Amino acid sequence: MLPVIKGAAYCLFHGPDLVMVSGTTYRTERIQNPNSDYIKAVPSRLRKFQDVVGYLPNQVYIGNIWPEDMPKYTRPWYENLIPDAKPQGPFGELVPQNLLYGVLKLADSFDLVVLEKDFQERIKPEMVATGLFQEQDFAKWKEGASLEAIQKEIETAHAEPLNLDGQLVGCVRRAHELDPALQAEVMLENLLAKATAVWTVRRFLKNTGFDPKEIEYIIETTEEACGDMNQRGGGNFAKSIGELCGLVNATGSDIRSFCAGPAHGMMAAAALVQTGVFKNVLVVGGGSGPKLGMNSRDHVKKGMPILEDMLGTFAIVVGENDGVNPVIRTEFIGRHKIGTGATPQAVMEALVAEPLARAGLKFGDVDRYAPELQNPEITEPAGAGNVPLANHKMIAALAVMKGQVPKAEMEAFVQAHGVPGYAPTQGHIPSGVPFVGYAREGILNGKYKRVMIIGKGSLFLGRLTNLFDGISFIIEPNIKETKPEGIDEEAIRSLVANTLRKVAEELKG
Amino acid sequence: MALDLKGKKVIIIGDRDGVPAPAIEEAVKSAGAEVIFSATECFV
Repeated sequence: MLPVIKGAAYCLFHGPDLVMVSGTTYRTERIQNPNSDYIKAVPSRLRKFQDVVGYLPNQVYIGNIWPEDMPKYTRPWYENLIPDAKPQGPFGELVPQNLLYGVLKLADSFDLVVLEKDFQERIKPEMVATGLFQEQDFAKWKEGASLEAIQKEIETAHAEPLNLDGQLVGCVRRAHELDPALQAEVMLENLLAKATAVWTVRRFLKNTGFDPKEIEYIIETTEEACGDMNQRGGGNFAKSIGELCGLVNATGSDIRSFCAGPAHGMMAAAALVQTGVFKNVLVVGGGSGPKLGMNSRDHVKKGMPILEDMLGTFAIVVGENDGVNPVIRTEFIGRHKIGTGATPQAVMEALVAEPLARAGLKFGDVDRYAPELQNPEITEPAGAGNVPLANHKMIAALAVMKGQVPKAEMEAFVQAHGVPGYAPTQGHIPSGVPFVGYAREGILNGKYKRVMIIGKGSLFLGRLTNLFDGISFIIEPNIKETKPEGIDEEAIRSLVANTLRKVAEELKG
Repeated sequence: MALDLKGKKVIIIGDRDGVPAPAIEEAVKSAGAEVIFSATECFV
């Protein structure tokens, strides 16, 4: 039986100060041109937490406003904040930076995250108040450090600072003196991915009431590499996350394919469940520190706030067919093959047109296509355009080329079948997977009858190949498989066995 | 405006969700240009 999507959670973590610590755009500029106008302007362009709570794309991400309602809101969204917006939504929440540092400390197994002692004591009750953490979670925490001690770690031992509104409240230490894979910068990056995922998996478990003991396998799908200098991408984020979420019956591993990682993860989870290897598989992705402020040079230049201040996460459980939840049509996975080619047309042909044709479906049979879902307010000022719109236009153009949509109706097709972008530019995070939660809800309440999720990845960034990558899959309502009345399976089995035996005897002789 | 690329040296920066570098490379090569650098960038 086809596997189902049992539930999904989505959280965003506010990290404005981390733009200047973990973000690669700021870090490289600081090395090359430490007195540039950009470097000077960044602190004054960082957003306050109330501004990210009222920001439309963030509200959509946590499930408070459906993506198709976004065109009703006036742009720029960062100037037209939603009044009385709440940081909690049906899918998850927006987490302030002080609590991000709290879960960073919680995710640290090697005494690398050091927090100032008063700050550490202040955030414990706030974390408990979320309902996701208990007192025993903090049992291993030693007393926090003095500011002087933290400062010394930064000045003399290459630790990375943790600032809150520009004030030092902690640091992340390196895990080895010489190993480049264990320096503080890398440890911060990996701990951010782990910690934010831990929070979101706990949110998933709390929201859904799903028994953590029922999860048998974890697939982690970020773009980070965890290891030491002898095995820089050895892993395993998945088990390190599960360990802190009570997933005691699970094992797991990390799947990598740049931004397409989550789509590969969903496909692998579906296959593992459908073949009966595991009953429930968690697919998870934490946030990316290096991508914070990635396009901020252009945002600053254009007088905008730095919008890439959110770490994105998701947690989805794929499980055995329960007769209720939407199914993943594993027979019609779309894939970008090695021989496909790199043109946008070839990519979409492989990911959309080919699986649709194989399934006997027309382009119009899919209610919503969810490819790259980047927030256009982030990408347009940087010259990258409206990425989801470009993808939807290519899908519509293919539909026209195949004679399924009249050319004059291309624009209408994009409006009717597209999904506006709302995800932060966090690489693997916007790549189709944010819409899985809406697809599940929309199919369960009858709004959609079919959704296609499309994940694409830029393999060429690793400088091993010029190839592109992508995986797509279709989500549909669960149609209960009913046995026709009056058929006795045992009788049929026995009839077939007897017939085969007879044939074998006749052949013998 | 027609662009004569014959014999010209070309640097290509492709866009991941627009036209990637290998596709531009094929086009400019067919127009007689010499590609001296080609890469696709990604800022998403």
